[in-house]
Amino acid sequence: MTLGTFRYERPSSLDEAIRQAVEAPGARWLAGGMSLLPLMKMELAAPPALVDLAGVEDLVGVRERDDVLWVGAMTRHAELALHPLVARHASLLAAAASQVGDPQVRNRGTIGGSLAHADPAADLPAAVLALDATIQVASPRGRRGIPAGGFFLGPLMTALEPDEVIVAVTVPQRGARRQAYRKRPHPASGYAVVGIAASLRWEGDRVASAAVAVTGVADHAFRAQRTEALLTGEVLTDALLVEASGVVTDGQEVWGDLYASAEYRRHLAGVTTRQVLEHLRADG
Amino acid sequence: MMDPSNNHHAVTLTVNGQTRTESLPPNLLLSEYLRDHLRLTGTHVGCDTSQCGACTVLVDGAAVKSCTVLVVQLPGTTIETVEGLGRPDQLHPVQEAFREAHALQCGFCTPGVLMTAVALLNGDPHPTDAEIRRGLDGIICRCTGYENIVAAVTRAGNGMAAAQEVG
Ligand SMILES: Cc1cc2nc3c(=O)[nH]c(=O)nc-3n(C[C@H](O)[C@H](O)[C@H](O)COP(=O)(O)OP(=O)(O)OC[C@H]3O[C@@H](n4cnc5c(N)ncnc54)[C@H](O)[C@@H]3O)c2cc1C
Ligand code: FES
Ligand code: FES
Repeated sequence: MTLGTFRYERPSSLDEAIRQAVEAPGARWLAGGMSLLPLMKMELAAPPALVDLAGVEDLVGVRERDDVLWVGAMTRHAELALHPLVARHASLLAAAASQVGDPQVRNRGTIGGSLAHADPAADLPAAVLALDATIQVASPRGRRGIPAGGFFLGPLMTALEPDEVIVAVTVPQRGARRQAYRKRPHPASGYAVVGIAASLRWEGDRVASAAVAVTGVADHAFRAQRTEALLTGEVLTDALLVEASGVVTDGQEVWGDLYASAEYRRHLAGVTTRQVLEHLRADG
Repeated sequence: MMDPSNNHHAVTLTVNGQTRTESLPPNLLLSEYLRDHLRLTGTHVGCDTSQCGACTVLVDGAAVKSCTVLVVQLPGTTIETVEGLGRPDQLHPVQEAFREAHALQCGFCTPGVLMTAVALLNGDPHPTDAEIRRGLDGIICRCTGYENIVAAVTRAGNGMAAAQEVG
């Protein structure tokens, strides 16, 4: 399969990258290429130019800055899965990254590319939602932070403007939270049929605050607000566990396909949520 | 003003120990470069859509599907293909183990499986069966049913660890 022709740029700074994208209308950012190159091979995308972000230092690395964890957009899934700072402050992000695709995909694919691509069954969108992360972006107009809660708009649709580039994902460090990601992968594609990311802060045996995010189930990843509201301030009894997980897809248009009907997905989302919450209750 | 499209780039790559700098078009896939330019046809292309892993090679030691990466994305890297693993008279421990454990039938997937296994074992020479299956998640073999592949990787790991102790 030969790719069509396109112009290729390999900037070494963010300013240069932004300028090159402006000069080539229709250009797409290239990160790991694990979603974009297959689209181009299948002729579902034919950008006239690619601006490769691999040489841009500003997008690389994982650090602690003030009270946030800063994860550069070019951080590859394999690195995210193993990074000690991610393990310490955002373990569900590491867990989600370790379950993306296969080793070859994790060696190339990046967090920035995964979030920008916004596949409705991707893992990392649920992770950043449950962590209350902010997507930090840059464009010719300057910089802004987009809260994860307002980032995913639909299948392959985000709040990014075409000329905006994700620079990093920042995760606030709000004290100790117990967190987990559990995925029911599609046996062939590996993408999530259902993926549940949850992060709970405890005060004694009560849930002080809860963040529960769901992927694979609707046209974009979302926060399960009814579940969160039921959990907040409560002791996690067996009865509450069942009730709170049962409403995890409430208010959502759950989709069905040949592999998993809407009814099955809704059920699986409830079961998986219950398992995640049970795990977080037992864990510590 | 921008140059026209398909602008060539000078790319320096070290493939199986040999370093070359060539001017290459951006739409050239690593799989095409290896097979068509260098005639290293040991790297097989199966699905050509990043599903099967037959095209897996090592880029700076990491397993990568060569059908889904542009050569221009890889300046300055070191590429290892199955041709660099061993020779018929001096097989790599992974190749030896695949022969002994009957871990191939038609052999189409084998180059990619070997390279994926080498990357896995370089990280940990003694993976559990579950770790081997996870490590080989990105490859598809339509012949063997995987049992013999897992057995071969276990065996190869032991061989590589032993070779390291001796060497
Ligand atoms: C076989 C296979 C299995 C997979 N399985 C899974 C899975 O189980 N779960 C899962 O979540 N994903 C899966 N993926 C997708 C994988 O996670 C990709 O890595 C990811 O979707 C895209 O990341 P990338 O860095 O490769 O981006 P690219 O493919 O380079 O880019 C994807 C899109 O994002 C844009 N983009 C890239 N970087 C930026 C940036 N910094 N700012 C703005 N826009 C940007 C590009 O322009 C493009 O539109 C799989 C992929 C393959 C090939
Ligand atoms: S040929 Fe590259 S993954 Fe199948
Ligand atoms: S040996 Fe035939 S595909 Fe694997």
